[in-house]
Amino acid sequence: MGNEEAVFFSRVLTETTLSFHIIFATIGVGVPLMIMIAQWVGIRKNDEHYILLARRWARGFVITVAVGVVTGTAIGLQLSLLWPNFMELAGNVIALPLFMETFAFFFEAIFLGIYLYTWDRFENQKKHLLLLIPVAIGASFSAVFITIVNAFMNAPQGFDLVDGELININPLIAMLNPAMPTKVAHVVATAYMTAAFVLASIAAYRLLKGSNHEYHKKALFLTMKIGMIFSVAAAIIGDFSGKYLAEYQPEKLAAAEWHFETEGNAPLILYGVLDGEEVKYALKVPYALSILAHSIPSAEVIGLDQFPDDEIPPLYIHYLFDIMVTIGVWMTVLSAVFWIGMRQRWKMVSTKWFRWLIVLGGPLSIIAIEAGWWMAEVGRQPWILRGLMRTEEAATTSGHVDTMLILFCLLYIVLGIGVIVVLRRMFRNNPVEREIEDREMEKGGDVL
Amino acid sequence: MTLEILGISVLWTFLFGYILVGAIDFGAGFFNAYSLLTGKQRILTNIIQRYLSPVWEVTNVFLVFFFVGIIGFFPKTAFYYGTTLLVPVSIGIILLAIRGSYYAFETYGARGHKGYSFMYGLAGILLPASLSIVLTISEGGFVRMVDGKPVLDYWLLFTSPLTWAIVVLSIAATLYISAVFLTWYANKARDVEATNLLRKYALIWALPTIITAGGIIVELRNHNPEHYSNIQNFWPMFLISFLLFIGTVWLLWKRRNYGWAFIFLGGQFIFAFFGYGASHYPYLLYPYLTIYDSFTNPAMAISLIVVFIMGLGLLIPSLYLLMRLFLFDKNYVRGKGDYHA
Ligand code: HDD
Ligand code: HEM
Ligand code: HEM
Repeated sequence: MGNEEAVFFSRVLTETTLSFHIIFATIGVGVPLMIMIAQWVGIRKNDEHYILLARRWARGFVITVAVGVVTGTAIGLQLSLLWPNFMELAGNVIALPLFMETFAFFFEAIFLGIYLYTWDRFENQKKHLLLLIPVAIGASFSAVFITIVNAFMNAPQGFDLVDGELININPLIAMLNPAMPTKVAHVVATAYMTAAFVLASIAAYRLLKGSNHEYHKKALFLTMKIGMIFSVAAAIIGDFSGKYLAEYQPEKLAAAEWHFETEGNAPLILYGVLDGEEVKYALKVPYALSILAHSIPSAEVIGLDQFPDDEIPPLYIHYLFDIMVTIGVWMTVLSAVFWIGMRQRWKMVSTKWFRWLIVLGGPLSIIAIEAGWWMAEVGRQPWILRGLMRTEEAATTSGHVDTMLILFCLLYIVLGIGVIVVLRRMFRNNPVEREIEDREMEKGGDVL
Repeated sequence: MTLEILGISVLWTFLFGYILVGAIDFGAGFFNAYSLLTGKQRILTNIIQRYLSPVWEVTNVFLVFFFVGIIGFFPKTAFYYGTTLLVPVSIGIILLAIRGSYYAFETYGARGHKGYSFMYGLAGILLPASLSIVLTISEGGFVRMVDGKPVLDYWLLFTSPLTWAIVVLSIAATLYISAVFLTWYANKARDVEATNLLRKYALIWALPTIITAGGIIVELRNHNPEHYSNIQNFWPMFLISFLLFIGTVWLLWKRRNYGWAFIFLGGQFIFAFFGYGASHYPYLLYPYLTIYDSFTNPAMAISLIVVFIMGLGLLIPSLYLLMRLFLFDKNYVRGKGDYHA
């Protein structure tokens, strides 16, 4: 296998593993917070339904964690296997947050084990809830630390490269790179948002499928409310991410916006198709790109004309950007309408078609996560470390990447099917109605 | 102590941790699957599940800690090992993924599902074999430099008796460690039937473990004379290890003090593992890579160590809590309280 092929297959394998891992990672970051909120509400209101909600979410969560853990281990090792040259350099400069991440995992893993096996073990419910806090902190900090590594790839700093030698290395400055604040905040906020909408989607589906139990209604209202808060946060932080890009990675923003000429009063291009350098059928929002980039309608936005041809990222990231932003705006509106509707007792929000829209919200949010990451990572190309190392220089020289790609694809299919089968089986064999009855019969006793 | 030695000692300790808890874990999965085959699951499954359930994710983190740490402390390993290990480690990852996820599927989602149990039992027993290949490769002789890039010679690797000796050792040791631990655990749970069965397994696997371990040292004489002569400098460690082995087997045989039997076993592996590690010094990969020429810069090394110490401050109390609640809690071990979500 020639080296070009090795590079190509390494890319595809990295993309596949990351795209698979990110689904479970996002759920892993967001769901502990949701369990925590539900259990807390349950304790405060002394409402069994919320406690049971927390308990059932926790049960499902273990399954997704398992897949998150094994695919995370896969990507962690694959980074060294497929990008040895990159990891050698990264090891010297940005190993610190990676190392910190393992402690976050440790912390999360230990307390998750304890939390799962201590339901009803304590007299005081709050004690049990306390055990969940380290799980949520550990999960969120895994995301923070790994995102710092990714931010470094976009805005490397904290070292000097002189004649191929690394000098003046400062791991803390490398961590505090300019991409870090917006990236970390956006990733964490969107993970919470996605987890909330995925859980809302399940509740809405149950309501549609004939169960009219109070339990699902409470779940739906709670998760939609949380989802609304975080989708607003995601949009606001997304706006800051745009400003970061304009300042530090203008080529990514310009490619995502098909902004060819450097100019002021720049319009935001939504949708459309590209014909050569001509944009067709697009929706142009006047001044909006200048506002997104610099908060001033007349501000100049750097266009692709400022970059050599071989440093321009693929232009298809525009579609990915559109998908992400559209879903973000749509989910904010949907959850806001639902929330207002519930307070004003609008009939509409309890209709079948509205609930179907909510069901759709979960998968859509995950699509937004995927689109966002693809946009961010493809938008960094041709660099693996922006301005310093090209992706093809980083790749392995091993000749078996294509075979490994096939093996891993099979693995992800097996895991994907496994998760779905097991989760369905788990909740179908133990419907919530029966569990509520059981609990009432042996109040205070143990279930399962 | 230099930073290099401090770094490798920390990593080696965590690798040891992984091997010990991993072996218990993988072996238990295998015994569980085997008991399904032979219709003995009534005896074993409860004991095994009760120990494994709360800890399996922690086991995995030991491994993650090791491979993230080695890139941090010794970034050049990414270049040498990353390039050469693509196939063996990828297979390891796949086994790990099957093992971890199907374990969770069976335990939390579909209790008693036979297919799942077989899957993770089998994957678990192949895992040590596939991961142990890394140790074999580190002995040198299988990697050549071609155009300045390391290339692994698969033919040589798979026809070498050293490879197969290490593979057999890894499997035998896994089953041995696991059986000794579970004997103790079952005894604590006052489960006589399970104790007896596991004790039998432990005794069965003791001999293959010690024979292959000895065989590997002999094998090294041909394969890597430098390492072989180094090993001899550490003979007291291997002697102590052997005596502890005898101690474990004797206690098992006499059906006494299973707790001490397990402690002796831990000691046996600590001495052997650190003796082996010390004699491997300073090489990470014979003859290309030592801990000195692959070491990271001082700024990174110091920050990693600071983070490590702070991290331990967080971990040790948490691990203590985990053990107190599950390993040393009589009611939990005896299955008197099931508080699973
Ligand atoms: C539910 C998911 C989701 C939603 C609704 C949004 N985003 Fe996003 N976005 C992500 C999920 C995401 C992400 C997956 O978390 C990314 C990929 C990489 C990253 O740092 O975050 C991301 C990256 C990302 C970037 C690139 C940052 C970089 O490359 O450094 C920008 C400019 C935006 N987003 C902007 C927005 C705007 C203006 C939104 C308006 C609603 C928005 N995002 C909604
Ligand atoms: C610390 C975090 C991350 C690191 C170190 C990292 C590493 C890499 C590397 C080495 C590449 C180069 C391969 C290529 O060009 O195809 C890459 C590209 C890519 N990564 Fe990331 N990644 C990180 C986070 C993520 C996440 C969470 C995703 C989520 C799905 C992701 C998705 C992608 C995609 C889709 C590409 C393909 C780009 C292309 O095809 O041009 N990355 N990343
Ligand atoms: C290149 C990028 C990434 C690498 C190398 C990576 C590495 C890992 C590893 C090794 C694990 C398993 C840890 C264990 O054994 O417990 C894991 C799990 C996890 N990862 Fe990733 N990860 C990456 C991207 C991400 C991103 C972008 C996020 C967050 C948005 C994330 C969040 C998590 C979480 C929360 C877990 C815990 C498992 C769970 O709760 O589902 N990871 N990751």
